[in-house]
Amino acid sequence: MAESTVVKKGRASFKIRVEPRLNEPPAWYPAAVSFGALIVALILGGILISLAGGDPIRSYLHIAKASFGDSGVLSDTIVKATPIILAALACSVAFRMKLWNIGAEGQFIMGAFGASAIVLAPVLPAETPRIIFIPVMMMAGMAAGALWGFIPGYLKAKFNVNEIISTLMLNYVAVAWVNFWIFGVWTEGGFQMSPKFPATASLPRLLEYAEAFPILRGLTTHLGLVIGVVAAVILWFIIFRSRWGYEIRLIGDNPHAAQYAGINITQNIIWVMMLSGALAGLGGMSEVAGVVHRLQTAPVAAGYGFTGIIVAWLAKLNPLVIIVASILFGALILAGREIQPSGVPKMIQGIILVCLIASDFLLRYRIVVERGEE
Amino acid sequence: MDFTIILQAGIASGTVLLFATIGELFSERAGVLNLGVEGMMLIGAMSAFSATIATGNPWLGVLVAMFFAGLISQIHAFIVITLQADQVVSGLSLTFLGAGISLVLGEGLSKAGTVSLLPNFSIPLLSLIPIIGKIFFTNQSILVYVGYLLVPLSWYYINRTRPGLHLRSVGEYPSAADALGINVFRLRYFYVFIGGMLAGLAGATISLAVSPGWFSELTTGGQGWIAIGLVIFAQWDPIRAAVGAYTFGALRRLILDIQGPLVLFGFANPFYYNPYLGFFLQMLPYLFTVFVLVIGSREAMRKRIGAPAALGNPYVRGERGK
Amino acid sequence: MTKQPSSATEIPLIVEMRGIVKRFPGVLANDHVNFELKRGEIHGLLGENGAGKSTLMNVLAGLYRQEAGTILVKGEPKVFSSPRDAIKSGIGMVHQHFMLVPSQTVTENILLGLDEPRFIMRLPDYDSKIAELGERFGLKVDPRAKIWQLSVGEQQRVEILKMLYRGVDVLIMDEPTAVLAPQEIEGLFITLRAMIAQGKSVIFISHKLQEVSAIADRVSVLRKGVATASGVASKGVSRQELARLMVGRDVIFALDKKPGKPGDVVLDVRDIYAENDKGLPALRGLSLNVRAGEIVGVAGVAGNGQSELSQVISGMRECKQGQVLLGGDTVSNRTTLFGIQHGMAYVPEDRTHVGSAPNLSITDNVIMKQYRKPPILKNGLLDMKAATKLATELKQAYDIVVPNVSTPVRLLSGGNLQRVILAREISGLPSFMVAVQPTRGLDVGAIEGVHRLLLTQREAGAAVLLVSEELEELLSLSDRVYVIYEGKIMGEVMVEGREQDEALVDTIGQMMTGTPLDQIQNEGVAAHG
Repeated sequence: MAESTVVKKGRASFKIRVEPRLNEPPAWYPAAVSFGALIVALILGGILISLAGGDPIRSYLHIAKASFGDSGVLSDTIVKATPIILAALACSVAFRMKLWNIGAEGQFIMGAFGASAIVLAPVLPAETPRIIFIPVMMMAGMAAGALWGFIPGYLKAKFNVNEIISTLMLNYVAVAWVNFWIFGVWTEGGFQMSPKFPATASLPRLLEYAEAFPILRGLTTHLGLVIGVVAAVILWFIIFRSRWGYEIRLIGDNPHAAQYAGINITQNIIWVMMLSGALAGLGGMSEVAGVVHRLQTAPVAAGYGFTGIIVAWLAKLNPLVIIVASILFGALILAGREIQPSGVPKMIQGIILVCLIASDFLLRYRIVVERGEE
Repeated sequence: MDFTIILQAGIASGTVLLFATIGELFSERAGVLNLGVEGMMLIGAMSAFSATIATGNPWLGVLVAMFFAGLISQIHAFIVITLQADQVVSGLSLTFLGAGISLVLGEGLSKAGTVSLLPNFSIPLLSLIPIIGKIFFTNQSILVYVGYLLVPLSWYYINRTRPGLHLRSVGEYPSAADALGINVFRLRYFYVFIGGMLAGLAGATISLAVSPGWFSELTTGGQGWIAIGLVIFAQWDPIRAAVGAYTFGALRRLILDIQGPLVLFGFANPFYYNPYLGFFLQMLPYLFTVFVLVIGSREAMRKRIGAPAALGNPYVRGERGK
Repeated sequence: MTKQPSSATEIPLIVEMRGIVKRFPGVLANDHVNFELKRGEIHGLLGENGAGKSTLMNVLAGLYRQEAGTILVKGEPKVFSSPRDAIKSGIGMVHQHFMLVPSQTVTENILLGLDEPRFIMRLPDYDSKIAELGERFGLKVDPRAKIWQLSVGEQQRVEILKMLYRGVDVLIMDEPTAVLAPQEIEGLFITLRAMIAQGKSVIFISHKLQEVSAIADRVSVLRKGVATASGVASKGVSRQELARLMVGRDVIFALDKKPGKPGDVVLDVRDIYAENDKGLPALRGLSLNVRAGEIVGVAGVAGNGQSELSQVISGMRECKQGQVLLGGDTVSNRTTLFGIQHGMAYVPEDRTHVGSAPNLSITDNVIMKQYRKPPILKNGLLDMKAATKLATELKQAYDIVVPNVSTPVRLLSGGNLQRVILAREISGLPSFMVAVQPTRGLDVGAIEGVHRLLLTQREAGAAVLLVSEELEELLSLSDRVYVIYEGKIMGEVMVEGREQDEALVDTIGQMMTGTPLDQIQNEGVAAHG
C-alpha cells in the first residue's frame, strides 16, 4: 500500500502518501490515537444527535454533570463502571487469544444466576455471616460463568465451532434460563423477579460506614469495585508475567508459532474461555449482590457484556487501562439514561467502537504530507 | 394442530433468514466477513416501517430499507477493505451502531400504529398441489416468492456466470484476480453492499410482512446472528442456505404455535398449562443454531471444505516480501 | 550503466524502459534503471534476491507504478495503472508464486478477468479452445482439471497459457525454474524457444547464472537496484564476469567444511506415511536417518513431501504409519513439546507464519522454547529481566541488527528474522536440528552466515537434516543427500569430495523426476543404502 494522491490547492500542491510504519511509534502515540478517535466519535455522535432533533452540546454537558458533578453521582458512576470492568476483563483475556467471546453478556447473567442460587435455592441460610456468604456467592458466580464459557470453548476446541456465533447464541439461552427461574420457581408474587436478598448476602457499601465517616452518606459504591480492581491487577500479572499468559499472548499473535513452540492450543482455548466466563460471572455476582439485591432479568441483562467488548478494545486489552475506560463508559451509561432519545448511549458506544477500529490504521501506517514539486 | 399452516407460516418466517443468509453469503464469498447483519437488519426493519408510515407505500419502505442497510454496510467495507482493520471487531461495531441508530431514529415508532403492508397472494395452479401447494404457494407475501427466485438465481450467478467467477476469485485468491485486472477493492465494496441490501430486505420482511411493526431490538431477536451461523452450515452454497433458513423459520413458528392448543398429540399440552416452560422453547432456535454449527463444522472438517480462502483477510496490493 | 550493446539496432525494440525509479519504504528498489527488449529474443534478467529484478518487471507488468521514468512499447510511451493495461499492450507476467485459484478449473482460471464471455459461461466451448492453444506451444494440460489437482509444473503451464490466451507478445517469467526439476526445466526451455519461433519475446528473471547463460540471447544484470549490465549478448560474457556484476565482488563458492566424523544415529525415520492438508497421501513409506555430527540433505522439487516430512518429525503433523525415533525415543505422533524437550530444534520453512510471533518482541520470540524452565521461569513466573538478558546476548552473538530487543519482530528484515530464529534454536543446544529452506529469500551475505551456523552445529556434534530446493546449497553443506520424490526416497548419495561432480548432479536430477537410484545406469555413482 503506497498510494499517493495529489491535492492541488491554489498554487501549492501537496502530495499525500500512505506508507507502512517501519519503526515502532513512540509510547504515547497509541494512546493519543485512541483519544483522538474518542473525540471524533463524540463529534460524530453529536451530529447524529442534532439530526435526531437533540442538542449535542447540552447532551454532553449533561453527561459530564450527571456523572462527575459531585461525589454522589461520581459514586453512582463507579457503581455503573464496576460490572463493566469485570465484563471488559473477561473480553480482554479472550480477545488476547483472538477468541471472540461475544458471550460475556450471557456469562455475566449466568454468574448472577449462580450467585443468586446460593441465596434462593437456598444453599446457605439467610443468617449465614457475610464473611462466608459473599465468598461462596463469588465462587458460585464464577463457576456458573466459567461453565457458560466452557461450552463454546469445548465446542471450538473439539469441533472447531465458530465461537462468535456459539457464545452469542448462549446469551439468549442464558436470558431464557434466568427468566424460567424467576418466573416459574423463585417468583415474588408472580412478578418476574426473585425475593430480595438478605443483608448478609449483599456486598458492603460505603454508605454503611456513614455513621463513622459522614462524608460517605448516600454513597452506593460497593465492594465490587475492589473485586474488579484486584481482578484487573491479577489478570495483568497473569498476562504479562506468567507462563500461561505468555502462552496466551503467543497463541493470540500466531497460533502456528505457538503450536511450533509446543503449546497445546485446544486445551488453552478451553481454559481461557473458562477464565473469561469466570470473570464475567464474577461481574454478574457483583451486580446482584452489590446493586440489584435480587435476581431480575432487566437490570442484570443490561448489556454490560457488550459494553465490555468496546471497553476492552478501547483499553487495547490492557487490564489496568480497562479500569479507567470502564469509568468513562459507566458515566456514559449512567447519564445516558436521562437523555432522549433513549438509544443515544448505545449509538455513541457503537460510534466510539467504529472510530477506534478505524484509528488502528494510524498505528500501522503513517501518512506523509509532502510539498509537491510542480 | 395443523402442521401445514405452521409450515406455511414457517416459510414466511424463514424468508427473513433466507435474505440475511444469502446476503452474508455474497459478502463472505467475496472474502469479507460481516458480523453486522443484526445491526443492518435493525436499520432495515426500522427504516422500512418508518418510510411506510410516512408515505403509505410499503414498496418505498422496502427500497428505503435496502438503501440504508446497504449504506451502513459501507462503513464496515471502508474499515476492513480500505483501512484493513480486523473484520470481526469491525462487524461487531456495526451491530452496535446499527442497533443504536435504529433505536434513536425509531424512537416512538412502536406507537405509530398500523401501516399498509405488502400484498399476500396465492400462485394459480401451483397452490393446488396437495400439501406442497398449501405450504409454499398459498397466501404468501410477495417477498416469500421473491425468496424462491433468489435461491436458484444466486446459485446460477455464483457458479455459472462471469461476474460469479470474479466474485469467487476475489474471495479465494484476490491477488490472482488483481493481476488479471479485476478490481478487488471495488468488487468487495460491491458485495458488502449487496449483503447489506439483502440484510435490509430481511429487516423489511419482518417489519412489513412477517410480524409487522417496530419493537426496538426485539424486532430481529438475534436472527442476524443465526443467519451468520447458517452461512457456515450452508458451506457457502445458496441451496443449502435455503434449506437451513426454511428449517429454522419453521422451527420458530412451531415454538410460537405449540403453546396454543390445549391438547398436544392426545396429551394435555404441558406448555399450555405451565407457560413458564415456554422459556425452554424460546431457547430452542439458539441451541439449534449451535447444534447445526457443530454438524456443519464437523462435516467441513471431514470433507475439508473450507471457507473462501481469503475470508477475513484484508487485501493489500503489491506488499513487499511476499 | 557499464555496458552498451555493441551491435546496432536492425531488430526493433519491443519494450524500452528508461530511468525507472521505484521506492519502497526504506528501500530504493530501482534506481534509474534502463532496460531494452528486442522482438524475438529471450532476455535474461540476472540479480541476487532483493536486487530489484521482480520490482522492475512488476512495473513493466503494471502491478507497481514507477515514481519516475518512462516505458515505451513498440516505440509508444505507455502508462500502466494495472496489469490489465499491460496485458492490453501485449505484456504479461508469470509470477514466482502462481496466481491461480486452487478451487477453480484450468479454464476458469484462464477466463478470469476477460471481457468474453460477457455473462453466461459455457465452459465446454472454452475447454477445447484452450486445449488447442496448449497443443500449439507444447503445453499439455487438462482444461477441466481443478488447479489443486495439478503438479507445480502443470500449474506453470496454466500460467503461461493464461498469458498466451490473452495474446501477449512479451512474456515475463519470474524465477520459473525454482519450482522445476532439471528435466522439467528442459521442457520449459523448449516451450520458450517455440514461443520465440512464433514471434514472441521472453524476459527470463533468474538468480542462477548457468540457466541464464543456457537460455538467454542477451542478459541484463541488476545489483541493489542499479543496472550493472544492460543487454549484453550472453555468448560474449563469461559466468565469472556475470557473477561479479551481480554480487559486486568475487563469489566464494567453497565453504570451510571440515571432514565429517559421523557418530551414532540420532534421527531414525522408519517407513512413515502421512497426508497433506488436503487429505491426500504426501509421504508413502519414507525412511532415512541422520547421525550425530553430520548434515544430511533432502533434495527434491518443491511439493514432493518435504514440508510434511519436517512436520511429522517435529510433531506438528500426524504420522499415519511408521515411526520417527529421536535418540531411541519415538517422537512421531507425540506433542511438539516432547520433541523440544528431547533436544530437537526446528527451523521452519515459513519464518513469519510458523517460526515467529510477528507482533511480539524479540525477547518474547527468543524465549519461545525456553520459557518453561529456569532461568526464564522463576517461582512460577516469567523473569523478564533474565529473558531480556538472554535476548541481548543473542542479539550480539548473532549480529541481529536492531536498536533494541523490545522491537516487534515484524519490523525485522528477512535475514535478521532468520538469525533470531536460528539463535533461538541453537541456544537450546539441540542434539538434532531440522532446517527447511533456511536461506530462501536471503541475500548472499546472510546466506553465508546461515551456512556457517549450520556447519558449526555439525562440528559441535549435532545431527542436522537440511531440506532445500537449492542443489548447490545441499552439495556444499551436506555429507549425504537423500532425494525425495512424491513422498518416497529415490535414493541416497554420498557427497564428500564430489561437490563439483557433474555426474552426481545428473544422478540427483534423474532421481528428482522419479527414477530410483537402482535404475539409473551410471557408472561411478555408486552409493550405499
